[in-house]
Amino acid sequence: MQVKEFKPLIVAFCCNWCSYAGADLAGNNRADYPADVKIIRLPCSCRVNPMFILKAFQKGADGVILCGCLPGDCHYTSGNYYTRRRMAMLFSMLDFLGIERERTRVEWVSAAEGAKFAATMNDFVATVKALGENKRLEDLRCKK
Amino acid sequence: MQRIGVFVCWCGSNIAGTVDVKQVAKALENEPGVVYSTDYQYMCSQAGQDMIVNAVKEHRLTGIVVCSCSPRMHEQTFRKTAAKAGLNPYMVEIANIREQCSWVHKDMIVGTEKAIILGKAAVAKVNLNAPLTPGESPVTKRALVIGGGIAGIQTALDIADAGFEVDIVEKKPTIGGKMAQLDKTFPTLDCAACILTPKMVDVAQHEKIRVFSFSEVSEVSGFVGNFEVTIKKKARYVKEDICTGCGACVDKCPVKKVPNEFNLGMDNRKAIYIPFAQAVPKVATIDPNACNMLKAGKCGVCSKVCTAGAIDYTQKDELVTEKYGAIVVATGFEPISMEKFDEYAYSQSKDVITSLEFERLTNAAGPTQGKLLRPSDLKHPEKIVFVQCVGSRCASCAEKGKEYCSKICCMYTAKHAMLTRDKYPDTDVTVFYIDVRTPGKNFDEFYRRATEDYGVKYIKGMVGKIVPEGDKLHVQGSDLIANEQVHIDADLVVLAAAIEPDKSARPLATMLTASMDTNDFFTEAHPKLRPVESPTAGVFLSGACQGPKDIPETVSQAGAAAAKVIGLLAKDKLLGNPCVASSDENMCNGCSSCANVCPYGAITYEDKEFRMPDRTIQVRRIAKVNPAVCQGCGCCTVTCPSGAMDLRGFTNSQIMAEVDAICK
Repeated sequence: MQVKEFKPLIVAFCCNWCSYAGADLAGNNRADYPADVKIIRLPCSCRVNPMFILKAFQKGADGVILCGCLPGDCHYTSGNYYTRRRMAMLFSMLDFLGIERERTRVEWVSAAEGAKFAATMNDFVATVKALGENKRLEDLRCKK
Repeated sequence: MQRIGVFVCWCGSNIAGTVDVKQVAKALENEPGVVYSTDYQYMCSQAGQDMIVNAVKEHRLTGIVVCSCSPRMHEQTFRKTAAKAGLNPYMVEIANIREQCSWVHKDMIVGTEKAIILGKAAVAKVNLNAPLTPGESPVTKRALVIGGGIAGIQTALDIADAGFEVDIVEKKPTIGGKMAQLDKTFPTLDCAACILTPKMVDVAQHEKIRVFSFSEVSEVSGFVGNFEVTIKKKARYVKEDICTGCGACVDKCPVKKVPNEFNLGMDNRKAIYIPFAQAVPKVATIDPNACNMLKAGKCGVCSKVCTAGAIDYTQKDELVTEKYGAIVVATGFEPISMEKFDEYAYSQSKDVITSLEFERLTNAAGPTQGKLLRPSDLKHPEKIVFVQCVGSRCASCAEKGKEYCSKICCMYTAKHAMLTRDKYPDTDVTVFYIDVRTPGKNFDEFYRRATEDYGVKYIKGMVGKIVPEGDKLHVQGSDLIANEQVHIDADLVVLAAAIEPDKSARPLATMLTASMDTNDFFTEAHPKLRPVESPTAGVFLSGACQGPKDIPETVSQAGAAAAKVIGLLAKDKLLGNPCVASSDENMCNGCSSCANVCPYGAITYEDKEFRMPDRTIQVRRIAKVNPAVCQGCGCCTVTCPSGAMDLRGFTNSQIMAEVDAICK
């Protein structure tokens, strides 16, 4: 029997000013990364409410990554510092609930770092793939 | 319920090559709210936009999803299209199926699948979009130019000539920048001072321009059209408005051995000094680290000889706050330090110099009055070796130098070599190069003149080591064309040091929240289409702060930046960003959490009366967002413990819907 390759579902939250532009640059440079990554554009990484991440896992995401401007370079001066603190808390709580630390990540990607964006996504997808499907927090009612 | 139209763009083959656009359009047809779905070769073209306008009318659409390139590219275009069709511009959402789908994936099936999901997410978002109206804000019709080199000078003059007030902030005691230190300029060989100093005088005399010399920007707040900038005027211990620049104090100052920064330390200046004869403003400055009066309270000669009474030993740094509508960054460049390149013996021999030092050596106003003499023994050098790309194009040695090409070195080295041969035909001049890059107007002709008419020897290859031996410098290099080692005993070696952004650029970028690349050059809003604007609205870029540039290029960019500033200042009102935070007063309990995290101080509190169900009146403290100040980061929305704060255009429910659509 042929085993179907596991395709993880990755939600990436990107800030408009740095990492979303970095993702665009990855496109401009035709850098390759897996299509498992789906990007949601936000004004700033600090717009990411922990609820969004919980929702993603509830709906069957296998990994969630947040990308923001490099520390000190936030378009809104300090947003990414809030992100860093909030996510440190959230991720350790998720870890407690059984969602491995490797499934969640915060990464800083500047608008000039298209190659870094692609490399980050490649690495993250590979990491999540190795962990396999996420079963925790999943709302079974959502399954069709 | 919305009536949504979906428009899938082929972008020629850019999208259609990897994404089955027809299938995407078909798949999105059945999404909730979608009443119309189609595809077209170029949605952004006039025909494509007309198609959208017609569809809005025909199908009574209330929302639009365009599956196309990045919203950073064409969001504005399609918002305008929506407005043309009579829709609110903020009823448009873009699914980025080019940069973030077709260009990064190669498989048609995978690409199409992903494009459909991205389209679904955009549809889910538009379903919850609400019409937004931007607020208006006034424009302060004044501009600030940071940096007083040729870039800043040209920008300021152009803006001021259009009738707007301009302030220049320059950290050095005089404007003029690097160009003031140059001798002649390529490719026409006119003298730098002859073309720069009249412009400096124009700046000084222009009724619309004010120069804050010896000053730095210390704080920036506000936003496009309404910046508030605090400028620190450093104490120069001389009253700027009284000093006539006569120079009597400089003549009499007893402290004579202070290295002269203007001549790169190759000669000395006094403790009180005027950087050079044509300085603007021509005002003396006291160096507090050298002045006996300021250090030990003993001397005071300058105040005794100053007939104008301009000396003030008690002067302190002064902070001035000004308002501006636009800010131009023109912080320029700096040659890199030669510290890490000791194989070239820069620290071991005075006769190994950088190109900027060579510039001062050949300048008539320089330490040798323009005579080319070796710094060590003031003898005329008979053999000169120029080494190009010192620290430039250093991909393999990124820890020492820069990966990029510094762009100006090929041309100024050709200039130095040519001028040396012109003035001293008996001198033997050799240039080591990796490539000679001359892609400017009349540049290649100039370089050919150096080799063909002036007999400059060009050797393709790098120099490996320079060893001082007696009064000679033993240069070991390689000739890649002859495939042999070259040994030259030179009298003088000139290093074409790479250039890097000025050290003040990084902290300034943080203050302006303007982004920079990994080399600390400011990034432009779009590398091709918006090259003089920073991604931060109201901040413009002029000159080498954006990337290495020669003088002609710097001047053209300076003029372009000025044109953009004039365009902004000519407006009476600016439309703001309607995607700002707003608080639901029924849910807010006035806890102050949001105000604590707001980087702009946009949130204030007021007491409001509420009618309760039992008909009593209750007064409650609630948060109020000032939409003109809020920049829409959304930090407060996540902080709010009662969920009262939300961000228009990126509401909690919209983002939740996107997550939902992606994870379905």
